[in-house]
Parts: sequence; structure tokens; C-alpha cells
Amino acid sequence: MVINKFDSNDIDILTEIGNIGAGNAATALSEILQGRVDMSVPKVGILKFKELINELNGPENIIVAILVEVSGDLDGFILFALETECALTLLRLVGMEYGKDVFSLSELEMSTLTEITNILTGTYLTAVCDLTGLAINATVPSFAIDMAGAILNVPISFYGRVGDSVLLIETQFKSGDDLVIGRFMLIPDVSSYKTLLKSLRNGEK
Amino acid sequence: MTIVSGGIIIVGIGELFATTSPTKLQALGLGSCVGVALYDPIAKVGGLAHVMMPESNGSSNELRGKYADTAVANLLSDMQKLAARKENIVAKLVGGASMFSLSHDVFRIGEKNVIAAKKSLNDLGIRILAEDVGGSVGRTMLLHTDTGEVEVRYVNRESRKI
Repeated sequence: MVINKFDSNDIDILTEIGNIGAGNAATALSEILQGRVDMSVPKVGILKFKELINELNGPENIIVAILVEVSGDLDGFILFALETECALTLLRLVGMEYGKDVFSLSELEMSTLTEITNILTGTYLTAVCDLTGLAINATVPSFAIDMAGAILNVPISFYGRVGDSVLLIETQFKSGDDLVIGRFMLIPDVSSYKTLLKSLRNGEK
Repeated sequence: MTIVSGGIIIVGIGELFATTSPTKLQALGLGSCVGVALYDPIAKVGGLAHVMMPESNGSSNELRGKYADTAVANLLSDMQKLAARKENIVAKLVGGASMFSLSHDVFRIGEKNVIAAKKSLNDLGIRILAEDVGGSVGRTMLLHTDTGEVEVRYVNRESRKI
């Protein structure tokens, strides 16, 4: 199945999903940081693989990434990506010391970072489930720090079986001047985005 | 395919490119993807495929480097057009990592890509000179078409030449 163009109503629905998911995650982050977290309007689009990688500032850009595979009523991936300096800022904001870069984090710092990103990803997913009423199972989040291109190889090779593009629902958020820029990327399977749309259309009555 | 300064051509995901010396070929941010570098030291012709998946199963694609089996054959044919000879061509493989340790089959794709690339090379009688594959690390590779040397870079360890 090939993803066709969406009408504006579909885009609105998918945008709302990105909004609710990231909005709840932003609230969770603002509680952790005890500060304000701003969120962008979600970007919804069908992207070629190369364009997807460019969303994360190019294939060699180093990111801190959490990947969750979802299945059930919705199949696909949720990727939460943080720029490395933002990951360090995040640690500083929760009162932790850190080394010169993300590769010299202590075990405690690393597990703190993993835990925070797990909470945010879990919050995102719960919000999407609540909104859509879909039953979605998620794998244990998997954590990596590496090149954006290498990390995105995972969803790309999954979708590569059916086409050369993916549907992306992306929301960015940042916290005040410290600029914790995080990105949630919801990448549903081609057959699942229709389930997503339907779940919300039914709710409209 | 993108041309950048310094005589380097970047071969994007699923793409392939063949060229004559001294143009360099680069594949950025290889995770489970495999960079297949072919080189004819006599003709000084090099080629690079940024392979995403193991087998085409007969499906054709506008991305000529997408599948290991068709990518190797396509790249060989492009190089032959530049006067490279199959019997002189050697190969080097980079990438094929598992970036995450999740349950899904897709997380073994790196390993499968490497196996498929090796099989395609063997079927065509192309010798593999060196490889830097597997593990859970992202890689960037640069093929020097004047020497056949491949530079491999990582985010958190010393780069190496193969």
C-alpha cells in the first residue's frame, strides 16, 4: 500500500495526535524541570527517507535517541530525539553534574537521562492511546547515542519493504532559555495511519 | 547523490554511484545499512552503494542501491561502463550494525544486509578484501578512488582505514 495525499481534515487529525502526545510529554517535562516548556505546532508530512534524516539535521548529527516500537491497533515507531547539548542541559537542570560530553556520562547520569526520556515517551504514548481509544502495546524503550542517520536506519528499513517514504508526525519542544530541544517523531505503519484517522473520525460523530 | 566540496560525492540512502579517480565517494551515518565499496585498482574506478535491505525479491526500485542483490549488480554494470573490469574489482564492506536491541525482526536487518551483500559479491566472483561490520555503532565511510582505501569514522572512537 502506498501513502496517498491527505486531505486537510486528515492533516488536522494527525496534527491533533502530535499535539496531544507531545503536549502531555511537555507537561511532564515541565514538572521534572520545574519550569516552562514550549511546544511547536506539529509537523505532519510524507517524507522520503533522505528528508526524514534531514529532519534530524543530517545523517552525521549526533543525537540521543529513544526508540519505542508499538504494535496492536497501531504499528510503528515512536522516536524521541534530543540534541546532545540538550541532553546535557537536561541533566544540569535536574541538578546533575556531567562530564565534557555525552560519551563521558557516569552510570547514574546515564540512567537519569534514560529514565527522563522513558517518562516522556511513555507519557506521549499514553496520551495518544487515551485520545484515540486504541489499544497500543509498546516495547521497552531502547536507548542509543549515535549518528542520526544510523539511528533512523531502523524505521527506514522497516518501511523500506513497502515504499520509499514514511508518514511523520513531528513535534518539537523547548524549555525557556536553556533550549532543551526535543523532538517526538511518530512514524506509523502505512496500514496504521488509516486506523489512526478512523479512531478520531468516529469520535467526531 | 550530492556533490560536496573537496571532490567528494555523497551517496545517499538507497543510492549508488560509480566514478573515476580521484573523486571520493562517501556514505554518511550507516546503521543497519551497508556500504558496499567496489574498486578496480587497474582502471582506478570506484563505486559505492548505500544498501538498505537484503533482497529485492524481484521488485525494481528507482533507488538502484536499495537492495543488496540488485545494488551490487547495478554498481558493477555502472563501473564497467567506466572501463572497469570485473576480474580486477575488489570489495570492502562497512556498516550492518544493530543500533537497538529490540525484539522485532527489523532489528536484525544489519546482519541480513551483510549476509546478502556477501552472497551477491560471491555469486559475481568479486573478492572481499576487508570489512568493518556489525556491532551496535553508527559509521561513516569514505572511499578513495585513487588508492581503494576506505576510511571509517565513528562518533566515539578513533577512525580507521581498511
